[in-house]
Amino acid sequence: MTEIVARDAAQAAAATGVPTRPSRSWTEIGSEIGDRIYSWSITGFAAFVPILLLLIFLAVGLAAWPALRTFGFSFLTSSDWDPVAGHFGAAPAIYGTIVSSLLALLIATPLALGVAVFLSEFAPPWLRQPVAFGVDMLAAVPSVIYGLWGIFVLIPFLREFLMPFLRDTLHLGVLPLFNGPAYGSSMLAAGLILAIMCLPYISAVTREVLLAVPRSQREAAVGLGATRWEVIRDAVIPYARSGIIGGIILGLGRALGETMAVTMLIGNRHEISASLFAPGYTMASLIANEFSEATGDLHLSALMAVGFVLLLVTFLVNAIARWLVWQTAKER
Amino acid sequence: MATAQTTWGGAPSGRQRAVAERTQRSIRRRRVRSHIMIGLMYAAAVIAILPLLLIVIHLLRMGASSLNLAFFTQTQRPPGEAGGGMANAIVGTLILIAIASAVGLPVGIGAGLYLAEKRATLLATTVRFLADVLNGLPSIVMGIFAWSLLVKPVKHFSALAGGMALGAMMIPMVTRTTEEMVRLVPISLREAALALGYSRWRTSLSIVLRTALGGIVTGALVAMARIAGETAPLLFTALGNQFWSTSLRAPIAALPLQIYNYAISPYDEWHTQAWAAAVVLVGIVLVISLAARVATRRRYGAGD
Repeated sequence: MTEIVARDAAQAAAATGVPTRPSRSWTEIGSEIGDRIYSWSITGFAAFVPILLLLIFLAVGLAAWPALRTFGFSFLTSSDWDPVAGHFGAAPAIYGTIVSSLLALLIATPLALGVAVFLSEFAPPWLRQPVAFGVDMLAAVPSVIYGLWGIFVLIPFLREFLMPFLRDTLHLGVLPLFNGPAYGSSMLAAGLILAIMCLPYISAVTREVLLAVPRSQREAAVGLGATRWEVIRDAVIPYARSGIIGGIILGLGRALGETMAVTMLIGNRHEISASLFAPGYTMASLIANEFSEATGDLHLSALMAVGFVLLLVTFLVNAIARWLVWQTAKER
Repeated sequence: MATAQTTWGGAPSGRQRAVAERTQRSIRRRRVRSHIMIGLMYAAAVIAILPLLLIVIHLLRMGASSLNLAFFTQTQRPPGEAGGGMANAIVGTLILIAIASAVGLPVGIGAGLYLAEKRATLLATTVRFLADVLNGLPSIVMGIFAWSLLVKPVKHFSALAGGMALGAMMIPMVTRTTEEMVRLVPISLREAALALGYSRWRTSLSIVLRTALGGIVTGALVAMARIAGETAPLLFTALGNQFWSTSLRAPIAALPLQIYNYAISPYDEWHTQAWAAAVVLVGIVLVISLAARVATRRRYGAGD
């Protein structure tokens, strides 16, 4: 078929006296055009990813601009949030975001590292599958369901049991951290739910980098007479360190931007309080909670400005984390 | 190993015996510490799984009892009135997932193909990195993005904007899984097709993509499961709707939004409905995840 077409073309060319290149048949030309279209379209799709990111920065930045221009740097440092008077300062939300995320990491990191080491080094085969599946499922549960569970199970538990226990039974109430009335909705509740939510991310990345540690590293340590724990502590973890740190920072990124569960549990109040028992705000929960009732353009723009700060911070945190994880994985 | 070695034969001296004993003691101490640490890791695994078990138990106990036919066939009743359902929210969630897939899958799969085929170009490295970063950005940011692009200019909330926001979230996830799956296809398969005279684009689409299809479907389903429960982006875009609506240009109800609104409401009837909706939402996520598992198995069954 191809040859016939080529021959016909050659004959036609000979008849009209137009020279042709005999090596190129129509199908070849067709497939070359196809190749070019294919190559362009996948390049276009790929280029869409950076364009999307750029669009996100532009769109959120433009929406935030009026508020940022009005308040300047004091937007980050002022804790005066008064829609009626038209003053907006995001300091309590920024403070709440940092405190709740750090609290979450403080709780989640040791657990996540423990689970990851357990799964990659110690777990008997029959236990490995179900535990790994369970931890993965923690990441699959929608945020709003954590919020629902938090409102009706975690908060009553905190109010009735954990908070009085910490404050009165353990006498930790003398510290400002555990002082004050136990409402339930609090920084502590947000930190706990965030810990549960970012645990699977930290442990997944840690597991991945632990698996990238070469066997020889472990065997050398065993050969020197190390116990099973010493193999982990002295041979495996130092080798995977930057990847593990990347995983923890990735968990931090998740915690910083988590919205629904935190909005439902943190109590939503513009206040900087030393106590973990007191309600607070995070950047994400502030936006989610006030968006629907935002009156006036400046209020809306102030919320978008909070979103812009959140975008910048999470972008940086994720970029650093990814870079660290890549560094480790590359050595494989 | 740790027995005292005498330098020039004969019985070990008192000092050598003391050294040996100290070594023995230190070994015992190190062993005990090792056992304790391993025990702690078992404990960490138990504690990490505990919340999942608690959530599942509460979901089943609180939600399953208020699931009935009305829940799937009716729309919401005014507060204080028992009964009613969330048919509109269930359909709304499915519509949102469909729009998101229509936006996210083609772009994600195309970008993934590019990453797998042109691995080392500057664009590929950049896209790979940015896709990972994009994947970690908070979903609420996607909501603001879609709001200022698709809602603010036209001055009304819409299902379309909600689907677009979710679709944008799917792109980086699908990109990365597609890349990984396409990379798993042996290079010899591609070479064989090219040697048989297939053009490059046909090799890519009908040989490589087809071989990787099971894995790509799995990745797509996992991404769909993840966005199915997203709430934050919908607050700014789909908004929610208490009435029956399937219009893409009007606000639309969605299960996660409904759960949020009902959970923070003061009405007991709505609380039970929220739990029921949570069961249905988890059910949808679970069905999609199970489908993903089946797709994976089929890939391994037919792959080689």
